[in-house]
Amino acid sequence: MSLIRRLLAITLLVLPALAHADTFVFTAIPDADESRLQQRFGKVADYLSAQLGVEVKYIPVKSYAAAITAFRNNQVQLAWFGGLSGVQARRLVPGSKALAQGYEDQFFKSYFIANTSTGLEPADSLSDALKGKTFTFGSKGSTSGRLMPEFYLREQFGMAPEEVFERVGFSGDHSRTIAQVQSGAYQVGAVNYAVWETELKEGKIDTSKVRVIWTTPTYPDYQWTVRGDVDQHFGDGFKARVREALLNMKDPDLLASFPRESFVPASNDDYGPIESTAKAIGLLDE
Amino acid sequence: MTARASSIFTGAAQSSVLTLNRVCLLLVAIALLALFGADLAIYPVDPWQELARIGQGILLPSWQEPRILLEALGQTVAFALLAVAIAAPLGLGLAMLFHWRGVRVLCAAVRSVHELFWGLIFMQLYGLSATTGLLAILVPFTGVFAKVFAEIFEQQSRDPALTLAVGLNPIKRYVYTLIPQAWPALLSYTRYRFECALRSSAILGFIGLPTLGFHLETAFKQGQYAEAGALLWAFVLLIACIRFWVRPRLILLYLALSIWLLPETLGFSNGGYFWRFIGQDIWPAALREGDIGGALSWYGEMLSEQVWPGLVQTLLLTQIALVLTALVILAVYPLATRAMAGPLMRWPGRFLLLVLRSTPEMILAFVFLLLFGPSGLPAVLALALHNGGLIAFLVANASDAGRGTLNDRPDDPSGLLRYAYIETPRRFPAMLAFLFYRWEVILRESAIMGILGITTLGFYIDSAFEEIHYDRAFLLIAVTALLNVLVDSVSRRLRRLAHAEPVRQQDSSCLKVE
Repeated sequence: MSLIRRLLAITLLVLPALAHADTFVFTAIPDADESRLQQRFGKVADYLSAQLGVEVKYIPVKSYAAAITAFRNNQVQLAWFGGLSGVQARRLVPGSKALAQGYEDQFFKSYFIANTSTGLEPADSLSDALKGKTFTFGSKGSTSGRLMPEFYLREQFGMAPEEVFERVGFSGDHSRTIAQVQSGAYQVGAVNYAVWETELKEGKIDTSKVRVIWTTPTYPDYQWTVRGDVDQHFGDGFKARVREALLNMKDPDLLASFPRESFVPASNDDYGPIESTAKAIGLLDE
Repeated sequence: MTARASSIFTGAAQSSVLTLNRVCLLLVAIALLALFGADLAIYPVDPWQELARIGQGILLPSWQEPRILLEALGQTVAFALLAVAIAAPLGLGLAMLFHWRGVRVLCAAVRSVHELFWGLIFMQLYGLSATTGLLAILVPFTGVFAKVFAEIFEQQSRDPALTLAVGLNPIKRYVYTLIPQAWPALLSYTRYRFECALRSSAILGFIGLPTLGFHLETAFKQGQYAEAGALLWAFVLLIACIRFWVRPRLILLYLALSIWLLPETLGFSNGGYFWRFIGQDIWPAALREGDIGGALSWYGEMLSEQVWPGLVQTLLLTQIALVLTALVILAVYPLATRAMAGPLMRWPGRFLLLVLRSTPEMILAFVFLLLFGPSGLPAVLALALHNGGLIAFLVANASDAGRGTLNDRPDDPSGLLRYAYIETPRRFPAMLAFLFYRWEVILRESAIMGILGITTLGFYIDSAFEEIHYDRAFLLIAVTALLNVLVDSVSRRLRRLAHAEPVRQQDSSCLKVE
């Protein structure tokens, strides 16, 4: 009797786990407007589910680091990563592949912005007048708010940002970078160009207080990355079908969640420059 | 008790006052010295546009979807309740073994890691799941319960134990004497910790658990202040109404509801993640490959580049924040007492304290960052206001509970005289004891100030997690834990020197009043 009971208990414990095994889970952190993630990406999940014929679920995460952890531990099989977080994730999960990137991500860029009280003017390069100012990055793991700006700072000045500036902060978010530079809390900041353009259009930016002083060269950024072992779990050719589904996503309502114009094919090699940049500034180990 | 009473009439009392004064002077002197070393610059800013938007959001909160708000509230309560329900009995068990140094060190070590960092650690093992959230609260809380319960036991009279047979096993000793004696104090402390657990649970949303903090962080960082305001108000109300909705008879029902409410756990640890994390992730590559020279140079580099500068910044900020917290307490606690603010006028004061202790420090720090620019100043102010509000609340409760007791005299002065000559001296030892408790909390919390560009230990820990350098995170957390064990033993000694016992009895009755 007790053996049967025990078996029953074990079965009950294992069943939900088995049920989950067939669910294809993805996560995404958009570069702007993180509100109502569940509803917005729930629609993307419905779309993918219809295209792929398996149950698809979205789980919201707060940071690139959390997205990478979930991807590494197979809690999610597909993720919309930033340039740097994608590289980190693919290093941790051998066999994983970049499938597609946003149209805009082929030539992404960052803006350096400054409070107008600094007197810094827009220029073709980062000027020496930046030295000794206060400066804020976005989040620590961001490609457009941290990695590329830091790379170009080091290239221009030949030293670490902490030595160029009087103080270096991490606002944690592009919108907050803009708010902090606009209020003068920080004098200079680096921000994702797409977020700046969106907020400018929405009238959230007071251009008499803050302006763009330099634009970085372009680099590849956000991309969809899938784990290498999905074909084993969801059937041969699953990876290819996921890529098809992503590339065929044309509904503006779905694309607005990212926000991207469309998705285009991408490969791991496209992100070689990001990887070498991250190694150059010590964010990735050799 | 009699020994203590008689000591009032001898030199012993005076010398304990002297020690108390010396300890306070020492702390103030250290803080003044720290002022020279700390980075407290003020920058010219123009924050009014942003502050006006924040103010408007808080005065005119709005929230579109009540269902999401209710879900987040429910899950905030569920995590807190379950974590306390598990941590309190575990803490009680450990408190009985607190005479073992090993247990004391273990408890100090688990306490020393901020809930957010526990969350990040467990996330490596259990993903973004209910298990992660529960463990992140219950592990450090068990350490706190063990410590405080042990101290409560220490304050109990030893007389009842004398009636027991000699050589009775220690567990029976606890069950038949100490636990029944201390029961009201244990219970009231558990109730107080539940409020703390609600705060921790809300804050865990910052790293992705589906509690209030999840939406609060998003709304705040994207400047949707009306939504942030609604969430803050919801949280303040939740805490203000604890005494109405936490009823002993309903606890079992709440526990059942909590289990049902916990978010569905997607993914789980199969044990492999655990060993990968313990066996590989947290050690530097050189050490794993057996390259001792490389490992030593890795540790040396970490020490000079992160550990040492982080340690200095953390200690400087902590000492200043500690003394400033004491000033905040002394300034605001009378506003919330019956004796000094009056039975009606104490309500605005109590409301102020409620808001101060319910607003996460990170949000206070952000507002001060806008006001003063990036430096240690916003961090110190945020820590002092939050912790000052919390302790002032406990002190004010102790004052209200002291009314109508034998100590009250009809010819007691009122107003400022009462504040200076009666209330403050009477509350001072307890206040100091609470302050010593919060010392380690302030130490931990100075960690979360990365947005200010202040490189405390916590700043480096956060960076290590963000940059997927778990080896660095582990080393830094270990250093923080060691520092905390040290601070804990110093504060134990100081408390004993100052005879600043926490006066649990008053504390317990005051919480009932609340």
